[in-house]
Amino acid sequence: MEALLTQPFVTSLLFGAVTAGVPLLLAGLGEQISEKAGVLNIGIEGMMLFGAYTGFVAAYYSGSFGLGFLAGGLGGMAVAAIVMLLCIRHGLNQIVIGIAVTIGVEGLTALLHFFQFSRTYPRLDRAPVVELPGLSRIPVLGPGLFSHNLVVYLAVILVAALTWLFRSTYVGLNLEAAGNKPAALDAAGVDVIRTRSLAVLTTGFLAGVGGAYLANVGAGLFVPFMTGGAGFIGIVLAMLARGRPIWVLLGAALFGASLSMTTALQVAGINIPTDVVQMLPFAMVMLVLVIFARHSMLPPALGLPYVRGDR
Amino acid sequence: MNERGASSLSSKGEERGFVPGPVAAVRNITKRFPGVVANDGVSLEFRAGEIHALLGENGAGKSTLIGILAGMQQPDEGEILIGDQPVTIGSPRESLALGIGTVFQHVLLVPSLTVIENLMLGGSWWQRLGRAPALKRFRELSALLGVAIDPDAEVGRLSLGEQQQVEIMRALWRGEKVLILDEPTSMLTPQGVHDLGQVMRRLKEKGVALILITHKLMEAYEFGDRISVLRLGRVAGEIAPERLTKMTEAEAIDAVIQMMFANRAEHAREAETLVGRGRKAHKDRAVDRSAPPRLRVSALQTEAGLGECPLRGVSFDLWTGEVLGIAGVDGNGQKHLAEVLAGQRRVARGEIKLDGADITRDGVPARRREGFRYITDERLGEGTVGAFSVATNLVLKEIGAEPYWRRGFSDWDLIHSHARDQIQRHDIRTPSEKTPLARLSGGNIQKVLLARELNAEASVAIFNKPTNGLDLQNTRLAHDRILASAQRGLAIVVVSTDLDELLEICDRIGVMFQGRLTGIVDNAADVEHKVGLLMTGAAAP
Amino acid sequence: MTAEVQSKAVEGKSPGGEMARELTAAVLRVLIPVLLALAMGGLILLVLGKDPLAYYGYVLKRGLLSWGGLQETLTRMAPLLLIAAGLIVAFRAGIWNLGGDGQFLLAAVVTAALGPALIDVLPRGLTLVICMIVSMLVGALWSVIPALLKARYGVNEIVTSLMMSFLGTSFANVLVKLFFRDPTTTVPQTRDLPVDDRLPRILDTTIHSGVLIAVAVVILVHLMMTRTSFGLKLQIVGANPAAAIHAGLNVGWLTIATFALSAGLIGLAGSVEILGVWGTVRADWNPSFGLLVVPIVFLARLNGYAVIGFTLFFSALMIGGESAARRIGVPQHYVLVLVALLLIFLALVEYLDHLRRKRLTA
Repeated sequence: MEALLTQPFVTSLLFGAVTAGVPLLLAGLGEQISEKAGVLNIGIEGMMLFGAYTGFVAAYYSGSFGLGFLAGGLGGMAVAAIVMLLCIRHGLNQIVIGIAVTIGVEGLTALLHFFQFSRTYPRLDRAPVVELPGLSRIPVLGPGLFSHNLVVYLAVILVAALTWLFRSTYVGLNLEAAGNKPAALDAAGVDVIRTRSLAVLTTGFLAGVGGAYLANVGAGLFVPFMTGGAGFIGIVLAMLARGRPIWVLLGAALFGASLSMTTALQVAGINIPTDVVQMLPFAMVMLVLVIFARHSMLPPALGLPYVRGDR
Repeated sequence: MNERGASSLSSKGEERGFVPGPVAAVRNITKRFPGVVANDGVSLEFRAGEIHALLGENGAGKSTLIGILAGMQQPDEGEILIGDQPVTIGSPRESLALGIGTVFQHVLLVPSLTVIENLMLGGSWWQRLGRAPALKRFRELSALLGVAIDPDAEVGRLSLGEQQQVEIMRALWRGEKVLILDEPTSMLTPQGVHDLGQVMRRLKEKGVALILITHKLMEAYEFGDRISVLRLGRVAGEIAPERLTKMTEAEAIDAVIQMMFANRAEHAREAETLVGRGRKAHKDRAVDRSAPPRLRVSALQTEAGLGECPLRGVSFDLWTGEVLGIAGVDGNGQKHLAEVLAGQRRVARGEIKLDGADITRDGVPARRREGFRYITDERLGEGTVGAFSVATNLVLKEIGAEPYWRRGFSDWDLIHSHARDQIQRHDIRTPSEKTPLARLSGGNIQKVLLARELNAEASVAIFNKPTNGLDLQNTRLAHDRILASAQRGLAIVVVSTDLDELLEICDRIGVMFQGRLTGIVDNAADVEHKVGLLMTGAAAP
Repeated sequence: MTAEVQSKAVEGKSPGGEMARELTAAVLRVLIPVLLALAMGGLILLVLGKDPLAYYGYVLKRGLLSWGGLQETLTRMAPLLLIAAGLIVAFRAGIWNLGGDGQFLLAAVVTAALGPALIDVLPRGLTLVICMIVSMLVGALWSVIPALLKARYGVNEIVTSLMMSFLGTSFANVLVKLFFRDPTTTVPQTRDLPVDDRLPRILDTTIHSGVLIAVAVVILVHLMMTRTSFGLKLQIVGANPAAAIHAGLNVGWLTIATFALSAGLIGLAGSVEILGVWGTVRADWNPSFGLLVVPIVFLARLNGYAVIGFTLFFSALMIGGESAARRIGVPQHYVLVLVALLLIFLALVEYLDHLRRKRLTA
């Protein structure tokens, strides 16, 4: 047990938790926005994966990580646009389209990767790190928590920003009305379709950035199917967070830690097979779901397309 | 009752500088849906400071017209005029911008938000929430309407009457020109109706043009300054204020019936239903209470789900051949009561005895075997599967049972022939027994439900809002069937928010208030007054 | 799962005179999405510098028109049909069982471990039957948690079944690498089940009898859904849960039973694939059939007989595609793209058809 509490282990765990947790956080926050508005975004896994691909390609050919993140966001948004067009504007089944989009992106990115990179398998240089002055010098915690890429800090700020937006602006009000009783929002003169569309596109952008982070910062390269369920974990995070961004942050941190266990344990000299550790995040998700099943709340209008004149 | 409308208005009009002539009007509005012409060349005018009652049965085209004015639909032909300018109302936003506020029949508030949050709805997403100006407007309107509601209360927790008041505020929020009220009294106690009337009069005095949609003639007469009668999509006639003020109730009834039914004798019973003071059918029957009651319900309690009103202690007896009405404003536990009697909901405390035998723990299949039948108010949402055929729906509650199923295998030929038989017997209008049920009209869906439930082995029947949304003819039919069943020896419970309906067919009427049956009254001389009192929560006198 | 699907699915016929028109409409509703998907997929191939006609031609030749390929295609149909049967049961009941991959793999691994162990002491027939039954139980067991969460707490089963799938896949790998590992091989895998001890071949082809089992199961499932009270109960739960309660059905129990049956059938698919084709499970093996079968089932409108036809088409596509990956240089991932396009176009065509019908009912 003492071996676990050594500095290298804790630092490694913290660092890994943040690195693994940020994509989950972004996916979770994005999904939360969609969910509030009444859209069950199954396709978020596809949005993340496409963001990973476009983000990698952009960063690779331009040399700029910033451009990579932007491209990732736009890539995710492009996939979200398909979902928006088919499901929100035309009322096609959100689950069928979500599955289709996820499978499609998996196939397409794997295909493109094959034709572009399978011979060379290029890697990116290490992503730029911003060391927070002062904070990054704290022993153990410093290098673990406060020496990360800019996007990490922006993601945390996003949590605060969204909390404020939900509480003090029409963003929160309109989203909640759209998810709870869209007819009321419509009668109040606000375009429900437009509200939901904007929500889905935002989700796509955030998921895409998360994917780009996963590829460019987390791994340094693109591997087909690399998101491995992160988007779906994001859905679970949003489901359990009951509308509060702060809970998404905590959940993402928890799952991020479980994901980074392998490397941390190896650093501590304990060798547990990768497959067992790979089971950890999903096992933890199921455990949390079982314990908190009663408390997961989903908005009543979730998954139902809105048609004016319907009751 | 002199000078109720026109002359006092014109003098007021000149004082305030109103534009003479209608505030709003529709001309030759026609709207078609597949299979029906909902509005057929409808022309009406709405004047400031006047309550214009639109009277018509379900299916007459009132809701469609309102939908057009509220921006929910577009007319196929005709025009809408505000002042004397033709306008198009393409969306609810445009309707609100033109000063038209609509209070729909079903509450359109977000239950999880507070009153003030609901009222603030309508801003674009980049705007900050301005609580202070909203509160100011809230107080203004509260004073205008004479209501007192906590702005920070969660809407889901308010009573239906209070929710309606919030709805009216929302409709008036951006300026008071035209206020449309769609069947506003269906959810209210008699006291609530009275309060609503006060609110309407205050608004009228302020110069708002009020449009009152109703299917109850008495309401139209009592509140309306002008009555327009809609029938089958057309304006059947109009009673202008000058004429209306001089009419007695009886004369008004006559005039309306004349307008609606050319052949009076043929439609006599429908006319009675319209008027709502029909022949008290129950008087022809006498319930034999010498024998012990068929059903005895004691101290029933249930558990509440989110937003539901549970039973907190309901007891009553029910005799064979009796029709017991359960009155009360929606949301006072009626749904739980119906579900408990049907076996759909578990009893937390209390017991139910059928002919002395304890059946409290029996589920739906067991209750059905014992003769219980439940005709639910949600015909498509709960009572049937719209995607399935008429035939399947007719046997929906007997899946797996003989003779349609033998050792688990379906005999589709038998099921279909049974359906054809029922369709003929009950005059169900459908292309075939294999047609998906959702394609049928509301009245025919109700016929299917009645055919399914009121079969030979029924002994206790529970009806929940049996004529909700039905036109006069089908309403009449449903009432006839209920009374015929009682004649045959069924013990019947009718849950309804329509007091007139209960007065017409019930022997006794009980009132639900906050989960309790506050009292049961005989359907005799003073019944309306007593029931009204019980509905407000006062103990039975 | 539109109204027309449900009502036709229940009774399987439509009134006399309309039949010809309905038939053409039905054929078009299937043909158009397939052609559109193939066309758009072809465009993508073009952009990537490959000749779509050459690809499709090769796939067709290899998958259906060569004897060797045809045998492989028919063999591939076995697991696909069984998974489809499992999905029909679930989807008709309105339950999204997306945990197929996990259920399939775990059952396959258990079979791969059990088979060689049993064959030492029991005759082949008994071994095969026991393996298949145990696999069904394994699959059903793996669905218990999502089933209970949905039945008791109404937790969305899409998410839970997906999570269990990822968990199951990793767990299966752990089992292969750590617990069931054959110590004599260099590559981590389970003990091999000798070819003679696997499912018997049909006549003198390379097609194993598992295919016959699969076809029989699909037909039985279809008959169960359309001709038994149990099937009708499932459909009511899927079409209108409130009506199910109203009609006195035990929705919680039916949910669990549906999940168990669905996952059990998918488990059987895993077992049959091992007992018929591979005889062993290699580490990190995952054919990922679970989601691929979803569009087949939708294309077939949840009808058992139609599923057989579409599975043949799909199977040929997969076999041809696997070969094309080597010969033409278009990786198998392309099939995923086709599947996705198919789903999207299917949803679109059905939506347009729905609009057309609405306008016609006047």
